Amino acid sequence: MPEIALTAPMARIRRIPGVAMMLIALVAGFAATSPGFLTVPNLSNVLVQSTVLLLLALPMTLIIMTEGLDLSMGAVLTLTSLVVALVTLATGSVLLGLLAACAVGTLFGIMNGWLVAILGIPPFVATLGTLGMAQGLSLIVSDGQSVVGMPVAIQKIYSGMLAAVPLPILMAIAAYAAFHLLLYYTRLGTFVFALGGNRDALRFAGVKVERMLIVVYAIGGAMAGLAGVLMTARMNAGHPTAGLGLEFDAIAAVAVGGTSFERGNGWLLGTLLGVLTVGVLRNGLNLLAIPSSVQVSCVGVLVIMALFFDGLRSRT
Amino acid sequence: MTDTTKILPGRAGGLHISADVLQLAYRLLAALLICVLLSLLTDSFLSLNNILNVLRQASLMFFVAAGLTLVVLTAGLDLSIGANVGLTACLAGTVIHVTGSPTLGVLVGIGVGAVIGLANGIMVTALRIPSFIATYGMLWILQGVAYWYMAGETIHGFPPAFRQLGSGYFLGLPIPVYLLVIFLAIGTVLAQRTTWGQEIYAIGANPVAARLSGIPVAARLLLVYTVSGTMAGLASIIFLARLNSAEADIGESLTLPAIASVLIGGTSLFGGVGTVFGTFIGALILTLVLNGMNLLQISASWQPLVTGAIVILAVWLDRMTRRRAF
Repeated sequence: MPEIALTAPMARIRRIPGVAMMLIALVAGFAATSPGFLTVPNLSNVLVQSTVLLLLALPMTLIIMTEGLDLSMGAVLTLTSLVVALVTLATGSVLLGLLAACAVGTLFGIMNGWLVAILGIPPFVATLGTLGMAQGLSLIVSDGQSVVGMPVAIQKIYSGMLAAVPLPILMAIAAYAAFHLLLYYTRLGTFVFALGGNRDALRFAGVKVERMLIVVYAIGGAMAGLAGVLMTARMNAGHPTAGLGLEFDAIAAVAVGGTSFERGNGWLLGTLLGVLTVGVLRNGLNLLAIPSSVQVSCVGVLVIMALFFDGLRSRT
Repeated sequence: MTDTTKILPGRAGGLHISADVLQLAYRLLAALLICVLLSLLTDSFLSLNNILNVLRQASLMFFVAAGLTLVVLTAGLDLSIGANVGLTACLAGTVIHVTGSPTLGVLVGIGVGAVIGLANGIMVTALRIPSFIATYGMLWILQGVAYWYMAGETIHGFPPAFRQLGSGYFLGLPIPVYLLVIFLAIGTVLAQRTTWGQEIYAIGANPVAARLSGIPVAARLLLVYTVSGTMAGLASIIFLARLNSAEADIGESLTLPAIASVLIGGTSLFGGVGTVFGTFIGALILTLVLNGMNLLQISASWQPLVTGAIVILAVWLDRMTRRRAF
């Protein structure tokens, strides 16, 4: 933490404008074009709907900071959303379903970390392989069908309120706080910065680099499991293609938030703003009745723009 | 995670006899072994129909993966090829339907594929975005455009003459197999016998050394990504002719198998090592495995799982053999 704090403020000042201005511009643009946008129910809707994305984008930030990538998150989320549905149906216990989902997610995360750290397979290919595996398993356990007939208790996870605040928002706050503490106030967090910036130095300093990497990917898997539970709660069913492609929104949020893919610089608040940017973009386009296919293309353009500017910044 | 030594092909032209030919021989042996196993396990594998079918499928897979091989040789990756196939198939299909001219459709398909590849190349060279993330962004852009353009529709029914391209026979062999031979020859000559090809190997083996020795790295990278896009455009035409219909999701399940083919074929993700012919063998092995699963009546749901596992296994084997050799 201390040595990073010295360099961080400059980088932060340079970064705040990018993503924050983009967010403000989008909000202003949508407020001007669609009357339903700047209303309390709609904005609260944006926040609630962004929770799943935030749960993926937070660990994705850590993974990308280690110069890694996890393309399997969306597929793992899909698989765990089916696992929670199936286990809950079979046992009648939501808690068991939740634990099973997190366990499956964590296993996938450990596998990703093992492939990357121990076998030395480039992360984008290793996780592309596990993406295929998770997608296949989703089809196998669900037989290609939706899993329906969820107990009301599961739905409550998404639609419930605590002191007039929707549960997902509380979850998002808790997750953000946890990752903030993890990244800025623990040894693991400091190592995450170093894993991307100067891995060899870390290794020579006697840190078990491989173990650290596996932990980072395992956290990603566990969070994908948690997000899967939220997804099932939201749809009140498990669906074999529910989360496919969500990893791209997560990567987009991280990229827009100013975390670099090559130098181990990361910024958690940037990721939060990035998640809101992607959420606002999708919500606003929705209100303008723009089909979801075009929304995906827009997110794609957003990512490439963000990376382009990141490249510019790194050269100056 | 340090860079291990990479082999440059001995001199311009020719395979590196000791290493490369041996690697190919291993893979052919593996393909043969799968054939023997499948002919023992199933009655239908050794029928003429099935063998021709395997050859045709392997040819289709090769078209998607051939250009990708060159990209991987430069230590890059093109994740957009599947979505490229999907979009170009829809556009080419529309052109054929509207104008009634297959020639125009083929030209549009290949042209759009090339433009997409060029755009990837520009992102990687001029904008300096890492290739896997640039082409990953491109994947979603193309997929979005394809879904929006098709709006759930299917374009169906093409002129019989055009369909011959994918499902026809000539002298008892499927027409895609002839195309395969042609493109295999072109790809091999381009990679092994031309200066450009050797420069591509050099860039993958050591980009800094390549730049310092005067190789126009950016120009060659542009070429490689454009070729990859063009081949995807070509593949989309053959798929169109084979399936006789175009849908937005036609290419979605192609990227992972294409990458698997390249990697099984012995091309290293770390660049500078591999051959286009190897990719054909890789496509053949993958097709045999998937065909065998089909014949053994294993549900198609297992295919992504198996393909994903094969990708990881192939990269791991590559790392292991290279670690041992050096």
